[in-house]
Amino acid sequence: MSSAPAATEPAADPAGTTLAVPPAARAERLRRRLREGGLAYLFLLPSLVVFAVFFYYPLYRLVWFATHQQSRFRNRPATYVGTEQLTETLSGNDFFDGLVHSGLFMVYTVPLGIVLGVLLAVAAHRRLRGIKIFQTIFSSTVASSVAVASVVFTTLVNPEMGYFRDVSWLSLRSGDSALFAVSLSSVWQNLGLTFIVVLAALQTVPDELTEAATIDGYGPVRRFFRITVPLISPALLFLAIVLVVHALQAYAQIEILTGGGPGGATETLLFKIADPRGVRSLGERASLSLGLFVLTAVVAGFQYSMLSKRVHYGD
Amino acid sequence: MATDDTTLGDTTLGNPALADATTAESDAALEPVGAAKPPRATRGPGSLASKLAWYVVLSALSLLVLFPIYMLLLRALSNPLRYINAGQPLYPVSIQWDVFSRAFTEAEMGRALTLSFVVTLIIVIAQLLTSVLAAYAFAFLEFPFKRLMFVVVVGTLLLPIEVTLIANIETIRELRLLNSVEGLTLPFLATAIGIFLIRQGFLGIPSELRDASTLDGYGHLRFLFRVAVPMTRPIIGSFVVISFLGAWNQYVWPRFATDRNAWQTVQVALRNIGNENPDQLNLGFAAAVIAALPLLVLLIFFQRQIVRGLTAGAVKG
Repeated sequence: MSSAPAATEPAADPAGTTLAVPPAARAERLRRRLREGGLAYLFLLPSLVVFAVFFYYPLYRLVWFATHQQSRFRNRPATYVGTEQLTETLSGNDFFDGLVHSGLFMVYTVPLGIVLGVLLAVAAHRRLRGIKIFQTIFSSTVASSVAVASVVFTTLVNPEMGYFRDVSWLSLRSGDSALFAVSLSSVWQNLGLTFIVVLAALQTVPDELTEAATIDGYGPVRRFFRITVPLISPALLFLAIVLVVHALQAYAQIEILTGGGPGGATETLLFKIADPRGVRSLGERASLSLGLFVLTAVVAGFQYSMLSKRVHYGD
Repeated sequence: MATDDTTLGDTTLGNPALADATTAESDAALEPVGAAKPPRATRGPGSLASKLAWYVVLSALSLLVLFPIYMLLLRALSNPLRYINAGQPLYPVSIQWDVFSRAFTEAEMGRALTLSFVVTLIIVIAQLLTSVLAAYAFAFLEFPFKRLMFVVVVGTLLLPIEVTLIANIETIRELRLLNSVEGLTLPFLATAIGIFLIRQGFLGIPSELRDASTLDGYGHLRFLFRVAVPMTRPIIGSFVVISFLGAWNQYVWPRFATDRNAWQTVQVALRNIGNENPDQLNLGFAAAVIAALPLLVLLIFFQRQIVRGLTAGAVKG
């Protein structure tokens, strides 16, 4: 609308409006924008190079590997097989087993990890002399990597020298219990993280709310589940997602504690992809990787949609 | 002590709950807000009996958390064969204090530690530099395809190293960088998480300050290093700490980017525990203690940064 009158009286522009910019100033502004854009891309360049070479190019390579059959001899060219290899691998038992084991790993680690983290945080969230010592102890497993936690759990569940070597439901020798025993090392290793996150969330719950609930006759249990849990639910959700991601990435604990055994019972998806004994072809492993990629994307999408809502308001 | 319960480095964190996670501009969640908070009233002293009961509960939970660590120290310090012959009890047998120094000489922990420190240092410094620069571009500069570039950065979150592992290993192999510091570090020289965190920090800088610096004749570089970076020091500090944690604890990548023992990082060296002689087992357990020590030191001195770094993840998309 505004352009029409402007076109009829271009010369009669009153001095107060700055619609018409002098050519020199416009050129100067353009130059500045060019310089700013150039600087921006200069600043972005290092990150973009890394992302291109080690994040996006490998995705292309995975697709290439998955659609080509590798010759057994590395120097021979690979042959294009379309989606045949991909669909065959992703509908096969190997992928299904990996999916089940990764899923079980989540079931074993996520709820137990969160419950224990909340338990530790609730216990340590109070005014007592020396409470900081307990808080430091509870956060201490943050210093432990997956590999360290696995060596730690060697002392507990190793079939020959573990302290609990005779406890059947922790046995690494049985396919029914091995994955659970391995997952306990992750639960323990994640305790520090879950404790720290839940405690930080508890510390932001306003005292007035719990006081008001007490005056209203809420007992400690009802107060906890009706007031505290809803208020810290975003932190719990965050933890659930982080623990799910950790479960999808489980590798070191399996290699160190069981080597995938017994009989492949602890081979998670990533273990099959990494394939330390080299029993799968590059094409199969690439197909499995694309399966893991889809899972990761689903988790990330879920994460994004849940984080978009303010969970504790419930509306 | 009135402040006893605003803990873990007396910072009450912005509750991830209260941060609006949809907009990346929710800087408030990263800022400590507890400085002026009055001490809590509800969880006050209470009766002596309830206090005592809580000490019992807390001690029991501590035992649960610490028992695995105790077992590790026990096995590291005991003479391995005599310990087994004694029926693997809950107390140490024939303590050997020199096991840690022997882990350095006999289990190559010195070499592995040096390599891990070099690799970690390169990754942390590079991530800091690349993230600060990229974050500055997103926070303070206008440029074509800005939204698209941001999507490119966000998209890398869908491609963790576990997904791209085998393709990246092929790339490193073709570049003849297996068993090299370059091979161990290249894929980690930039990270979306660093860009997000530091960008959030930059966006929290008041625009008046920006304008004032421009009036003072500060160019972008001077504003970045004299004003923006110093003002976001807490966030940058947290990022450095979690970047260090991540780089030090890496396992999958260094495991497959190397195939010689001489190139094993500390974490990867721990997998040798399975194929050691029974009379050398204590060295493997001592190695795990040594691998955890740098992080334990970090945890003690940088508790606040670790807490902020770990919980900041709650608001990143």
